[in-house]
Amino acid sequence: MTMADASTAKLRCANVHRSFRRKNGSVLRAVVDISLAAQPGTVTALVGPDGAGKTTLLRMITALITPDQGSIEVAGVDVCKNPSAVQAMVGYMPQRFGLYEDLTVEENLNLYANLHGVPARRRQAVYEPLMKMTALAPFMHRLAGRLSGGMKQKLGLACTLVRTPELLVLDEPTVGVDPVSRRELWEIIARLVGESGLTVVMSTPYLDEAERCDAALVLYEGRVISAGPPHAMRELAAGRVFRISPPVGQTPRYMQSRLMNQPGLVDAVPEGGQVRCVTAPSSADANPLAGLMPQPAAPRFEDGFMITLPQNQSSAASAAVRGQRAPANQILAESIGNARPNNSPGSEEPVVEVHDLVRRFGEFIAVNHVTFTVRRREIFGLLGPNGAGKSTTFRMLCGLLPPTSGTLRVAGVDARRAGSAARQRLGYVAQKFSLYGHLTMAQNLAFFASAYGLHSAKRRARLAWAIEEFELGDYLQTLSGAAPGGYKQRLAMACALLHEPELLFLDEPTSGVDPLARREFWQRINTLAEGGVTVVVTTHFMEEAEYCDRLLILNNGRILAQGSPAEVRQHALAKDSQPPTMEDAFIAIVEASAVAGGGKA
Amino acid sequence: MSAPMPYSPPPAFASLRRVLALVYKEGMQILRDPSSIAISIVLPIVLILLFGYGLSLDIKQVPIALVVEGSSPAATSLAGSFRLTRYFDPQTVPTLHAAEILLQQRRVLGIVWIRHGFSRDFQARRARVAVLVQGAEVNRDRLIQGYAASVIQQWSQQQAGRLGVVWQPGATVESRVWFNEAMRSRLFLVPGVIVLVMTLIGALMTALVVSREWERGTMESLFVTPVRAGEILLGKTIPYFMLGMIGLALCIFSATVLFKVPLVGSVWVLAVASGLYLLVALALGLLISTVAKNQFVAIQVAMLVTFLPAFILSGFIFDLRSMPPFIQAVTFVVPARYYVAVLQTIFLAGDVWAVLLPNGAVLLVMAVVLLALTRAKTRKRLL
Repeated sequence: MTMADASTAKLRCANVHRSFRRKNGSVLRAVVDISLAAQPGTVTALVGPDGAGKTTLLRMITALITPDQGSIEVAGVDVCKNPSAVQAMVGYMPQRFGLYEDLTVEENLNLYANLHGVPARRRQAVYEPLMKMTALAPFMHRLAGRLSGGMKQKLGLACTLVRTPELLVLDEPTVGVDPVSRRELWEIIARLVGESGLTVVMSTPYLDEAERCDAALVLYEGRVISAGPPHAMRELAAGRVFRISPPVGQTPRYMQSRLMNQPGLVDAVPEGGQVRCVTAPSSADANPLAGLMPQPAAPRFEDGFMITLPQNQSSAASAAVRGQRAPANQILAESIGNARPNNSPGSEEPVVEVHDLVRRFGEFIAVNHVTFTVRRREIFGLLGPNGAGKSTTFRMLCGLLPPTSGTLRVAGVDARRAGSAARQRLGYVAQKFSLYGHLTMAQNLAFFASAYGLHSAKRRARLAWAIEEFELGDYLQTLSGAAPGGYKQRLAMACALLHEPELLFLDEPTSGVDPLARREFWQRINTLAEGGVTVVVTTHFMEEAEYCDRLLILNNGRILAQGSPAEVRQHALAKDSQPPTMEDAFIAIVEASAVAGGGKA
Repeated sequence: MSAPMPYSPPPAFASLRRVLALVYKEGMQILRDPSSIAISIVLPIVLILLFGYGLSLDIKQVPIALVVEGSSPAATSLAGSFRLTRYFDPQTVPTLHAAEILLQQRRVLGIVWIRHGFSRDFQARRARVAVLVQGAEVNRDRLIQGYAASVIQQWSQQQAGRLGVVWQPGATVESRVWFNEAMRSRLFLVPGVIVLVMTLIGALMTALVVSREWERGTMESLFVTPVRAGEILLGKTIPYFMLGMIGLALCIFSATVLFKVPLVGSVWVLAVASGLYLLVALALGLLISTVAKNQFVAIQVAMLVTFLPAFILSGFIFDLRSMPPFIQAVTFVVPARYYVAVLQTIFLAGDVWAVLLPNGAVLLVMAVVLLALTRAKTRKRLL
């Protein structure tokens, strides 16, 4: 940013620092030396995983937290010197809506209109376009708590827009929202910026959303690791992105798992029935994918991001290390071509059988006539936005919640009567970190080993396996609550697998995890599935469906689609010569069902 | 947006419209949240009934075993007195041994033993009637002893009158304080409930609703508006003050109408004093929730800091003067102590200004200090 830019900017942060003292006395550097300038009429995205410092930075901009060092100005007003002036002119939507759930849509709007001094006679004129834009007009008298996740986000946005703010600050507005609402939210933001020249600063964990912004700052552990227009990030990956089709009879996920550790590659993800690869910049080979018939593909923000990641920066060195594990290039082509011609797990007997499952909570139907089967050694995905019924289905499968009606068989046992014998055969990793934070990693492992009744030689063997398999050695004596996020998740998985379950349930294992850790996680899941474990996993990242053998898309408690990723993707039409993504498929399915059902709201 | 509102600079003074908007919001939340109604309306009624009927130190129809040895007219007449009184439900057994078995089986709670030669001894002025109780529940057993003693006393008075002798108190009669105590207990327990209700609504509920706003993230949204910290506090204080006054009215109504507790002093003095205490409780609740930003911690702290002291250390149930000096010293910082003194005075003694003024002054000082502290502690900041 030049000086001229900074003077006209709606928001200017200069060398901002903020640290927090943790309970155990150590210091967390949440934001380290961040500078940014947001020009009027632009959208700036803060991109990064949980703990990157996004929320802390946004809270400093809205004067909710004071910076330790550095200065922040909003429309020329110093945030530290005049916090109430800044709070009066900024529109802010925190992560948790900030809505009063026991007030109606109209009452929420009225409250914020009154707080912002919008005269009563002007209200209709202000509300009308807002309601039109958010499509909330028919729900004015509904309690905010009874709205869907996407509608709550739109209402939260409308409440900040009862008057035009100097700066609109949105903290993860699209997290946990279904793809349709997500798209609508983006359309609203684009209109606001286009029509009234609003300036927006927002945070998001989704890298694809950075592409829609005018500027994107990638944050990682409190620091900016890249900043600038998203096309600059894309250009980093220009000419280095390829799509590879797996040989006939092989799943893309199997091929992806082989390619992931390949030297000279910084990324490999399954997508649209193919594997999308990004080659390393300083790769010694001309193309590490030679012989696999790579087709060039258009680069994306995420490809550039994978290249920028500190872990991938020293790619020459890491490639050398990784190269020792992965086979040489040519052998790879062969092994991919020949090994395990078809690992399709579909042929084996069902491990989970769910028939006509219903769960009601009073009037509310959380799970509405759901039927599916999971076969042995399969990776089975339950996809859907927050509130779709994923977790409720999961709790019933684990025998934690009795179903209202329907049958459930898990590992051959009726889950309604699943005793300890049935539980012995399944492992469960809950959505939140549910281990003992005040015990060390080793103590947690020992506790779970005892809980599962492991003893003597068996116990020692399993503990040794867990420590090696999940590479926990360095953190064994660390309190698990203080361990880095990625290690917490590894520990949770290790604990769930100590008793060698044949079936593993993972609830939202990748939410809030950075893209690199997510890839590493799916790598492990692959390995487990190949080792004979059946995995059932929930996620709200639509693209993660590609890692599953089969999947189920849930929305409002109902099944929207079911089948292999390829089958589900067929619901959407190809556009721009690119195969449709899972998100395109979701939107197409929802729109089709809305048309069929007469457009239920 | 077609109708944007231009940005206006933050006003320098509290805006009535914003405060009203917050009060209206809070009011709607109270009306829609069954738990606030439960705490402010149902709980006072339950407490009044509980303390009014349940915790009465009165006893009625207590099952006892009556052992009458011999059949002298005096003994029979005394046994008759035990049968006629509404306090006891006696069961006549032939021997002390049989009575002891009943006592062990807990089918009776006490034994009255009228021994051989009672008539003779009575005339000789040395009659002794044994009243045996288990001693497991000391309070109740003392009551039984007291009532038994009073029955015997009344009977001997009648006998003396009938025989034309001047009655002299015999060695058998115990103190009769308990008898009146039972009557008095309700008179001070029912007004005492007011202190509990005011503490619950003032401190516990505000601590709860403010920490709920922190938990749900609504506080964060409120902060990033032109609203001022003082306005947020007013927006919480006004509705719960009104709710507390409704609770007070309910309590006064049920105390005077349902339990016929006399209200000797003026209702208006009572209302002013209660308003002062309510402000203290509200300030405490708000202060707690600025520190504890989640509902669980807030309720724990509010219980410990406000409700339990109001229950135990206020002189409401337990007499302050019988406490060890250290605990007595602690009670001076418990606001409920001053309020209980005011309540008992207004209800039972009237507008005794010598008591009301100093206690009211302490409450006023506490309210001012705590509200100022709360205002200073409340910033539109998360950390």
